[in-house]
Amino acid sequence: MRWFWIDRFTELQSGQYARAIKNVSLAEEHLHDHFPGFAVMPGSLMLEGMAQTGGILLGEKNNFEHIVVLAKVPNVTFHGFVVPGDTLTYTAKLINENPEGGSVEVTAHVGDRLIAEAEIIFSHLDQSGDFKHLDQKNFVFSIGGLLSVMEVGKAGS
Amino acid sequence: MTPEDIFTKVRDTLVDALGVDDDEVTLEARLEADLGAESIDFLDIVFRLEKNFSIKIPRGELFPEDLASADAGFVKDGLVTAEGLATLRTKVPHIDVDTFAKNPKVENIKDMFTVQMLCNFVKNKLAA
Repeated sequence: MRWFWIDRFTELQSGQYARAIKNVSLAEEHLHDHFPGFAVMPGSLMLEGMAQTGGILLGEKNNFEHIVVLAKVPNVTFHGFVVPGDTLTYTAKLINENPEGGSVEVTAHVGDRLIAEAEIIFSHLDQSGDFKHLDQKNFVFSIGGLLSVMEVGKAGS
Repeated sequence: MTPEDIFTKVRDTLVDALGVDDDEVTLEARLEADLGAESIDFLDIVFRLEKNFSIKIPRGELFPEDLASADAGFVKDGLVTAEGLATLRTKVPHIDVDTFAKNPKVENIKDMFTVQMLCNFVKNKLAA
């Protein structure tokens, strides 16, 4: 399994907001255990998708010069279930940003239905204490090739 | 803004950032030892103070940085030097350096990060 919890960016306004989608499929192995006979997208993975959307929004603001890691989730609220066949839309707004990190507010919708909302704080790992000597670029992007999801639009269009 | 108003807003900030009860937030409370703050919470506190008081807090202005780094020359044998203390007085005047100077072990600096210190900082910042 690759740790991608968004499928594609649909909008990106640099330094302001980003919107990404995640299509939920019954082909995803974990849905058969969560739960047997009642497949629902785990909230923790929705939160990961929200963090990936917000983290890339923050990273892009700084041209991916920092290693952006999820540091804290002060608030998260879930309002409903997401089932196979649903398309989740994550909308992240950049609220704060400084050399040490940033914070975003993210919502998750299926259609017009609000599924979840969260406040997420990221840290720039390369700017903090013990990790200052790291000189690599953001590993999510260099290894995973996740940047391709930022090509806003449809493949082949 | 009166000192009481500043305290009330700082208290609300910490209740949101640290998930503590408002009666735990006294002026004397230490952010780490008493209120359970961890390193990442300091960034959260900075963001929330900026928003709640409509101020900008540049890096290192509220919480001193790099005090313990070897090349700064502010620490010798685990103690903050006189030069280091003088720098603290100038750079972070909201910190109670006099109390810290009585036992200036590097690790004790965190006990100086109190609710009172945050209130002092905001007061200075609003007056600037």
